[in-house]
Amino acid sequence: MSQEIKGGPLTRLIMNDKAGRKLLLVLLLVSVLVPLSNLLVPEGSLFHVSTFTMTLLGKYLCYALLAVAVDLIWGYCGILSLGHGAFFALGGYAMGMYLMRQIGDRGVYANPELPDFMVFLNWTELPWYWQGFDQFWFAMIMVLAAPGLLAFVFGVLAFRSRVTGVYLSIITQALTYALLLAFFRNDMGFGGNNGLTDFKDILGFDLQADTTRAALFFASGIALIGGYLISRFIVTSKLGRVLVAIRDSESRARFLGYRVEWYKLFVFVVSSMLAGVAGALYVPQVGIINPGEFAPINSIEIIIWVAVGGRGTLYGAVIGAVLVNYAKTYFTGAFAELWLFMLGGLFVLTTLYLPKGVVGLWAQIQEKRRSSSGGPGGGQSATAEGKV
Amino acid sequence: MLSVFRQVMLYLAVLCCAVNAHAAADSMKPDTELHALAQQLIDAGFREKKALTEALVEINDPKTLEFSQVMVNGDLYYRKDDRVVVIKGEDKITSFFNGEVIEIASSRDIKKISVNNSLRTILRSGIARLQIFSPVASVRKQAAVNLLKSADDIDSVTLSRAMAEEKNSEVKDILSLVQGIKSLESGDSATRLAGIDALAGSLYPDVRGALANFVRAAESDGRASEVKAATDALEKIEDLLRVNAVIENLYFGLALGAVLLLAAIGLAITFGVMGVINMAHGEMIMLGAYTTYVVQQLMPDHIGLSLAVAIPAAFLVSGLVGVAIERGVIRHLYGRPLETLLATFGISLVLQQAVRSIFSPLNREVATPDWMAGTFMINPALELTYNRLYIIIFSLVVLALLALVLKRTLFGLQMRAVTMNRPMASSMGIRTGWVDALTFGLGSGIAGIAGVALSQLTNVGPNMGQAYIIDSFMVVVFGGVGNLWGTLVGAMSLGVVNKLLEPWAGAVVAKILVLVFIILFIQKRPRGLFALKGRAADMG
Repeated sequence: MSQEIKGGPLTRLIMNDKAGRKLLLVLLLVSVLVPLSNLLVPEGSLFHVSTFTMTLLGKYLCYALLAVAVDLIWGYCGILSLGHGAFFALGGYAMGMYLMRQIGDRGVYANPELPDFMVFLNWTELPWYWQGFDQFWFAMIMVLAAPGLLAFVFGVLAFRSRVTGVYLSIITQALTYALLLAFFRNDMGFGGNNGLTDFKDILGFDLQADTTRAALFFASGIALIGGYLISRFIVTSKLGRVLVAIRDSESRARFLGYRVEWYKLFVFVVSSMLAGVAGALYVPQVGIINPGEFAPINSIEIIIWVAVGGRGTLYGAVIGAVLVNYAKTYFTGAFAELWLFMLGGLFVLTTLYLPKGVVGLWAQIQEKRRSSSGGPGGGQSATAEGKV
Repeated sequence: MLSVFRQVMLYLAVLCCAVNAHAAADSMKPDTELHALAQQLIDAGFREKKALTEALVEINDPKTLEFSQVMVNGDLYYRKDDRVVVIKGEDKITSFFNGEVIEIASSRDIKKISVNNSLRTILRSGIARLQIFSPVASVRKQAAVNLLKSADDIDSVTLSRAMAEEKNSEVKDILSLVQGIKSLESGDSATRLAGIDALAGSLYPDVRGALANFVRAAESDGRASEVKAATDALEKIEDLLRVNAVIENLYFGLALGAVLLLAAIGLAITFGVMGVINMAHGEMIMLGAYTTYVVQQLMPDHIGLSLAVAIPAAFLVSGLVGVAIERGVIRHLYGRPLETLLATFGISLVLQQAVRSIFSPLNREVATPDWMAGTFMINPALELTYNRLYIIIFSLVVLALLALVLKRTLFGLQMRAVTMNRPMASSMGIRTGWVDALTFGLGSGIAGIAGVALSQLTNVGPNMGQAYIIDSFMVVVFGGVGNLWGTLVGAMSLGVVNKLLEPWAGAVVAKILVLVFIILFIQKRPRGLFALKGRAADMG
């Protein structure tokens, strides 16, 4: 990373990022090979990836994108958002609304215009905010616009009045909690408690078909790679340097003449849009979106993915999201009772002993080996270093 | 030999029968007028029963009232073989005159002393009369309130006599309302108008019903002046009802504020004074509630006392867990608020799961002592529940005690010193580490006490802490960090605003509006209502 490599912006972006380069390569391989092995390799073969596994991995990829979005603001700008699940859910709802409209007259009540739950509530016409969601392009715009707009309004208010640190965290939590309550209401027109589900197809392709699943998986992989590159581009640009300056000392950055609030606002909105895209890819793969996605605990869990992986590295966020979620899948299946103990312990241990996450631990071990001093485990020095 | 034995058996059997018969005859002895009349009722047909019932309600006997009430409810029976008058309760049968529980082999052993509608009318007005002259004021009051519903149960002469004899002003007022309702049906227009006048401003729903009926009747008869008077009276009542509804909502709001206050006081210490974001604060409340449950399990016969024991026990349990958390985790994270937030969130998950594993994921039943149930009636439209009243008082007491500890004790002094200037406090010989641990323990312990109070109001389950954590933070942030008065004002105003919005917007929307309001409020005043001024304000 020390010597700059010349070339086009993209090559420069990739070539200057040694760890990220490896990750991108792995991601690219996974996004291509997993769908191929699902579709081409016959079932029963060792190299066959079942549709279930592929969907599960697809879910992890969406979570990883969400984690990258959070790392972008938390790792590089010091904004600890406890409400990023809200942006993820909004993107998911935008996609869900499109998928609902695609059901058309194949619903239980066979109403060509209205989704089932509206017929059930005796609504006679589509609410204005559901208009246009039968068009894929419109839904895709909304996947970006809905979270982006919310982040913009919220960010303008919060950053301009200099709400920072813990206060910001708490009001972002209040934001997602308020949305949770709102989306639980039937009159909101988003399916209330049950949310949106029973999707049939996307762009005319059957959602249950393996090929569609494979395509969605591929899309998730590409979105993650894209999201990573965008984030990487931002943090390596001059703007990124200002963000890090804000993270390390907001007042100093302001005194140097930077309009801190606009920098924060920009990165906050970009991050919310990335979260929205993650949500939009998540919904067709899991087949449901409901208000539970707004639950504050979901948003906090994202933070732990990033913390476990390694804050402020971007690729650490991807690793953390996949690791923690794999652990979650495994433990909730094998020892359901233990999972919350594990997750809780993970929070405590990571903050106490792994302030730089597993990525940092790896780097420490490497360093130790290079200086070949042996000594006690890396955890000890990490704690000492972490103390302020 | 055998015949002798048989003879003895026979003799014994006869003896037994004789004793039994003697006992039965004893209880049947017609020692009172009421008893005699009851025996007559058993055989009487409905025609004779009418005369008997009219006589019954005139009998001057302390049991007449009960007899009439049992009879009108259709619970009066008699045993066929010995004509003992019995009350058929839900699960047992008791003799009316001596209160013994009577076992019967089959339900056909007893027969109902049946009543018809005309008997019921006689009985009801008899009961009303008996009650209205009862020596007990509360019985007279209840009787008068019942008469509002059915003013026909009493005739004007009896009513006037009752009013003349009545000494209790409260009962007298209700009786004059009864008279007002009766005069609405009089033939004379002036009496009717006087009746309307008497009824205006009363909050009893029956009075409102009577007036509304009167307006309908008067309208169809075209009595315009009376319609207007009655409508005005009704409007006056509606206005009063609206005022009462607002007062009731205010009360609910204060009670909600008290709950918020209890939940937030502990946080005001840990977050406000120490600057530690304790996401496990809700779980400290939960631990307090579970402590109450355990204490109650240990002393199931003393529910009231168990609460008194639970308060210090919960303080200790939550406080010790708090100290352990501070020493084990938070100590290493001072100056890194965001990391503290994550670590304590992890602790909250562990505590939730621990409680779930130990006690089961289902909600636990925590009993409420009798003195906390019931309502305190201010007027017919406004009843305040006692449990809310106690919560309000309790929360204020806890706040006052805490303020006392902070202001008047050595520990409070040291705590404030450490908050203000840690190195200086340390140089003066204060063991800052201990003060930190104890402060955190104090905040957690108070959350435990809040848990005892909340166990009386809501479900006790592993997730109960989650319900309060966001609200508690809102209260502390809204009120101004590091300021107990701010917490008090913040909690009460959020509670009241929430409850005042509820009838207008619904519970969920009210809550959303309050959240949005706080989000916007923090934009305007990032340091809360009562912000610390000066150097301390920059430390956050």
